[in-house]
Amino acid sequence: MASILELHNLKKHYASQKAVDDISFNIEKGSIFGLLGPNGAGKTTLLRMITGIFYPDSGNIIFDGRAFEPENDIIKIGYMPEERGLYKKMKIGEQAVYLAQLKGLSKSEALEKVRFWFKKLEMETWWHKKVEDLSKGMSQKLQFLITVLHEPKLIILDEPFSGLDPVNANLIKDEIYGLAQRGSTIIFSTHRMEQVEEICDHIVLVNLGKKILDGTVAEVKQQFKENKFSIKLSGIPEIVEDKAYQIINHKANEFIMKINEGYKSNDVLQHFIAQDVTIESFNEILPTLNDIFIHLVEGTKSVARAFEKQS
Amino acid sequence: MNKIWIIAQREFLSRVQKKTFLLTTILLPVIIFGLYGLIIYFAVKTTDNYKVAIADNANLFGGKIESRDDIKFQFVKNETIASLKNKIANKEIDGYVFVPADFDASKGNNISFVSGKTVGLMNREHIQKRIDEAMQERKLLTSLNINKKELDSLQHSNDIKFSTVEGKEENDTKVGISYGVGYASGFLIYLILFIYGTMVMRGVMEEKTNRIAEVIISSVKPFQLMMGKITGIGAVGLVQFLIWITLTISLRVGMVLLFPDAADSNPSIGVATHALEEAKNSGAVNAVLGSLSDINFPLIIGCFIFYFIGGYLLYSSLFAAVGSAVNEDPQDAQSLLLPITMPIIFGIVIMTKAVNDPTCGLAVFGSLFPLTSPIVMMARIPFGVPNAVPYWQLALSVVLLIGGFIFTTWVSAKIYRVGILMYGKKITWKELWKWAWRKN
Repeated sequence: MASILELHNLKKHYASQKAVDDISFNIEKGSIFGLLGPNGAGKTTLLRMITGIFYPDSGNIIFDGRAFEPENDIIKIGYMPEERGLYKKMKIGEQAVYLAQLKGLSKSEALEKVRFWFKKLEMETWWHKKVEDLSKGMSQKLQFLITVLHEPKLIILDEPFSGLDPVNANLIKDEIYGLAQRGSTIIFSTHRMEQVEEICDHIVLVNLGKKILDGTVAEVKQQFKENKFSIKLSGIPEIVEDKAYQIINHKANEFIMKINEGYKSNDVLQHFIAQDVTIESFNEILPTLNDIFIHLVEGTKSVARAFEKQS
Repeated sequence: MNKIWIIAQREFLSRVQKKTFLLTTILLPVIIFGLYGLIIYFAVKTTDNYKVAIADNANLFGGKIESRDDIKFQFVKNETIASLKNKIANKEIDGYVFVPADFDASKGNNISFVSGKTVGLMNREHIQKRIDEAMQERKLLTSLNINKKELDSLQHSNDIKFSTVEGKEENDTKVGISYGVGYASGFLIYLILFIYGTMVMRGVMEEKTNRIAEVIISSVKPFQLMMGKITGIGAVGLVQFLIWITLTISLRVGMVLLFPDAADSNPSIGVATHALEEAKNSGAVNAVLGSLSDINFPLIIGCFIFYFIGGYLLYSSLFAAVGSAVNEDPQDAQSLLLPITMPIIFGIVIMTKAVNDPTCGLAVFGSLFPLTSPIVMMARIPFGVPNAVPYWQLALSVVLLIGGFIFTTWVSAKIYRVGILMYGKKITWKELWKWAWRKN
């Protein structure tokens, strides 16, 4: 499948540090892509280069098959930054139309699109309200609407669910799926790993300005699996220990074990079958993205870096 | 370009549609003139006649002290201190001067003034002046032994006529009008730079604290956002100013119609009407009209608009840069603003010198240097081009100002681009300097 975005050896240095240090990856059209990393890893800098706010020091960006030109391509991108806000005193309807015009839509197009989306997200009655009268969740919804209103090919969402209640979060999630189905590509940047596991097809993990992980969610989990299994037996067998595995934990007649190197799961099953115990269930335990994230990031200098001055 | 226009439109409309805009634009001049009118009304209507009785037993004043509109000197005879005090108590008089028969100024005797209530500063001054004048005249008359007419002819001052080598006569009226126009336009430019510069700064700070900056920067270039804001607020300033000027002129005309006698009793109202009155009295209407037509108003207005726009563009981009660098705390802005406000203050200092001596070295420098030229040059131009300001100076000043604002806009845009996305950190001038000269 063709790529919507290719990053080749992107670098961006600030005076005191390398914010983005030689990062390359591809994003397929129509996929939901997770960009993960601890605070200060360089995610925001990376996103700002993709949205044309910053120019990379070196490396290049290919957008939709051609070299990225911020001037013309900006209308094909929708970016919802982590630091986001709106004019407090401006009416919501006017504000949405204004921001759509800045994207490059004509006034009539903008008006039509805003009306359509207000209806879709059941916000019609908000038109004349001011932003200062909205709750945090409501303004979050408005932010999302403004980002996707012009149906861009590439949508970048930085922590889109923060401040949303489960009902509205689901509403937004459904819209994200819908947009992806209609051919938009979504870059999703967050710390919330359970959301990533649920939504994303492909992830990239950056830390200290470098890419340290790249793959589909399933691939990544396979890559970091620790051969852990859980087995549930009808009773406790006479001989529990075996050279094929180590018991990590057990609760009543359920065991969590790690299979030793050189052995397979069949060896475990044979051990219990030979003792004439019924195996009620046998499952592989794959690591969660959360575990992988912590495993990869912990112990690096990322925490210290997050607090360093960015200049 | 199109996006700058959209942004400017929003900036303009969002300010013009506010109630505070209407209030400050229309009510402010009305209130100021209302107060002004009240002051004049009371000044004209209340005839606070202050009666002073003079018991001149030593004949110091020769029986005559010129009365003023509000202070009347009455000579009384055969009064004692007690009877004068009594008169004060009966409110027949407000105060008295009692000169004993053996009074001798050469022996260090002083005249004393006794009043019922404390005398105000103004009246004190007037009384002192009148009494001094009367005593001096009397002394001169007696010691020179001449009559009043001879004394007047001795004291007659010769009006000197000033003219330049080109043969142009420069009468006092013209210089006075040039001074007034120069001072007023220099001061107006100073106000504009401050009011609208700060407005730009606050607008930028609002965008930053609202966290809308990055949302917008992802669709337009930071430069476009900055220029849009500057253009929009500049347009607000121009509109507000035109309304103020129209209102001021119509109110002034209305005021003169309402209080026809106010113009000559209070010189601070309507310099022009006052000058006209005076000219009428001396039979020299033509002189004032002549000097008014000598002053090149189309040139002054043209230059004013140019220096208004040029100065505003030059400074507003600097204000925008400062706004982008500060965080929520307005205190931070104070220290960063200092280097910007300093040249404006210098400008006003040089300007006060320039209206007194429009061709001195400092005035010439100030009117060429782009950071002060909008203020100083506007003070010099009313004195005449090319009389006071040679063409080359005007041209150089214009070129330098255009160059100046291109330069400050360029530098500010670089600072702005970094600053607008920078949160949670106190910025110093050193860092701003680094941002301005950083590649990319």
